[in-house]
Amino acid sequence: MLEMRKEIFADERDDNLNVVGKGVQRQDMPGHVTARTRFFDDHAFDGLLHLKLVRSPHHHARIRSIDVSAAERAPGVKRVLRGADVPVNKNTLLSLINFGKDDEPTLAVDKVRYKGEPVVAILADSEAEALAARKLVRVEYDLLPTVFDVEEALKPGAPVVNETYPGNYFEYHQRFDHQKLRFGDVEAAFARADHVIEHRYQMSPIEHAPTETNGTIAAPDQNGRYLVHSCAQGLFFSLDTTAKIVNVPSNQLHFVGGTVGGGFGGKVDSLTEPLTVLGAMLTGRPVRYVLDREEEMLYGSPRGAERIYVKDGLMRDGRIVARYIRSYFDAGAYTRLSSYAAIKCTAHVPGPYSIPNVASDIYVAYTNRCPSTAMRGFGVTAVDFALECQMDRLAEAANMDPVEFRILNAYRDGDMKPHRRVAKNTALVECVQVAAEKANWPISEQARRASSLTGGGGERAQIPATPLDERGQIGRPDTRNGPATQTLPAGTTRIPLSKQPVFEGARDGKPAPVQVPRYEAPPRQNPPPYDPAIAPPSLQPAYQPAASAPPLPIPPAAPAQPQHGAVRFSSVFGTRRR
Amino acid sequence: MAKLPVQFRLNGSERAGFVDPAGNLLDLLRRGLGDFGPKYGCGQGTCGVCTVLVDSEPQLSCLTLAISCEGKQIETASGMADGPNLHPLQQAFMDNFAAQCGFCTPGMLTAARALLTKNPNPTRDEVVEAISGNICRCTGYEPIIAAILAAAAGGAGMRRA
Repeated sequence: MLEMRKEIFADERDDNLNVVGKGVQRQDMPGHVTARTRFFDDHAFDGLLHLKLVRSPHHHARIRSIDVSAAERAPGVKRVLRGADVPVNKNTLLSLINFGKDDEPTLAVDKVRYKGEPVVAILADSEAEALAARKLVRVEYDLLPTVFDVEEALKPGAPVVNETYPGNYFEYHQRFDHQKLRFGDVEAAFARADHVIEHRYQMSPIEHAPTETNGTIAAPDQNGRYLVHSCAQGLFFSLDTTAKIVNVPSNQLHFVGGTVGGGFGGKVDSLTEPLTVLGAMLTGRPVRYVLDREEEMLYGSPRGAERIYVKDGLMRDGRIVARYIRSYFDAGAYTRLSSYAAIKCTAHVPGPYSIPNVASDIYVAYTNRCPSTAMRGFGVTAVDFALECQMDRLAEAANMDPVEFRILNAYRDGDMKPHRRVAKNTALVECVQVAAEKANWPISEQARRASSLTGGGGERAQIPATPLDERGQIGRPDTRNGPATQTLPAGTTRIPLSKQPVFEGARDGKPAPVQVPRYEAPPRQNPPPYDPAIAPPSLQPAYQPAASAPPLPIPPAAPAQPQHGAVRFSSVFGTRRR
Repeated sequence: MAKLPVQFRLNGSERAGFVDPAGNLLDLLRRGLGDFGPKYGCGQGTCGVCTVLVDSEPQLSCLTLAISCEGKQIETASGMADGPNLHPLQQAFMDNFAAQCGFCTPGMLTAARALLTKNPNPTRDEVVEAISGNICRCTGYEPIIAAILAAAAGGAGMRRA
């Protein structure tokens, strides 16, 4: 089933691998086949209470009143929770790393911003009693105008979904309304290109639909702590989120989990943990809160829908000379992890292709939809789909075979990426060659001979002069369509910031610890002017340009240097192939 | 609401409980009798993770009234192994890497067990049909099918059911 292509990159492969290429038994397999594996719900507790939610029936509405008196008197009901009962009723998941502002209540107080938003929690002796009491809660709403389209949400006069972000976009570093990438001059390249091709790609939200729905059981322990059986994919992430929301030191929470009945990204949001623990704290009894299938499908956060515009400048010979990507992430009503997805998307642009002029503007927009979250490559998978559809269309426009078109444009070792990092250990050419072979797809001798190790570097390693524009500061995007404001000289690796970024204190009104802004440019000399005749500036000490290296075959490895095989494959620490 | 008594054999042992008249077998097994082999996945008979054998017939325990099981033989994945000795299907699932998260595995094993009891030498199509009511969201169907076919080839259906 698994085939190792040992002839590819043979010179840089170790054969002392103990696991890769072999079948190794999973350590949890005996538990799975004997049904002894304990998932979060596979625990019995005496006196277990069941928690059920009253959810918003509206997409966007102001809450006029909440009357829980009848529900509190209903048979079996032990406690009814409202927003005021939640100690810290505003949170954003990435506040744990000081990224973004708290924008989401555990139980809605003033407004509901999506259909299905939790408003009231009921704890009762049985699920049936909790469900019966749910019908007795009276919530009066004043309906508000809604917005469901990402581009509509960013227009002037659109309904404000989430008052924390009044422009309906996530504010990066409290200063920028999107993630921006600029490399070279796309406009000039479009003007020179033989074809300019633009298409729009629209994704749908996708529910993870794990066979095990989201849920938690929390029980008071004898030592003042709480035992929490959780479905969470990120157990400690969930522990810290819960500790913040219920406002206890994290060492009072004993999270047990890691056995997840299918997650795929849908179990990182701590949908159930905080309320379950709070219920156990306020009642002194074990509490179980499990989404039923309908809740999981409708209100479990999905993969966010993305709208992606790809505009390419193409030459008749098949080279892509410019690519501009404008993308909108539909975050739904709250941020969750969409802010991170847009960063991943930006890092993934322009796909695995060497393009000399690249620009992108990636927005996170708020709408009155269910908040979206992580799912298998979120931020990357959708843009990849758009890019590969686009590549097929470009190949057709260039009258080229789509496989050979990809080989022609693929990154080679030594190419400069738009993020101003040198491409290393690239292998798309070889992957496409093997895929073509497996599919019996005929390719030319020239395409068959292509290699990731040749053709890169040299001029392709240069950072071009790059015009900048004002788009990207806080303010409605349509008000900032001015001309380029300055041009960064060739070789510039970073854009100096004019202002220190600001982080707002998030927790308990206390100021957040002062962070060292990771994106602040370190002091350094001005870059040397671009001169193709000389080697690239010494900004990438680990990189050896192919132009100055001897032609193939690859030079022999340096004499015996003791090192572990895997180290050479690291693209993180800058080590590279022999 | 008044509870009703119900008594049956669960994995060979005599068990009894009191249930709501509308209570389902899944809740009784899990919350009443502590057998966490069958899982809750949908509560509406679409996912198959609650599959158990009632008198050797595969049934969705979330849609089976507990009181309807009076006097029956109930078998779950928890009772498949003979002490430390795995059932051939369990061993085949291990050998063929037929589980990822493991949540659908008890239901899959139970559905496969019902198949091999009736049909010790199923075709691939018959295996696919037999597990068509069991959803695996990690999408590992191929190893599961391979495991069931391997167990059948090893005589699992002949030896014990």
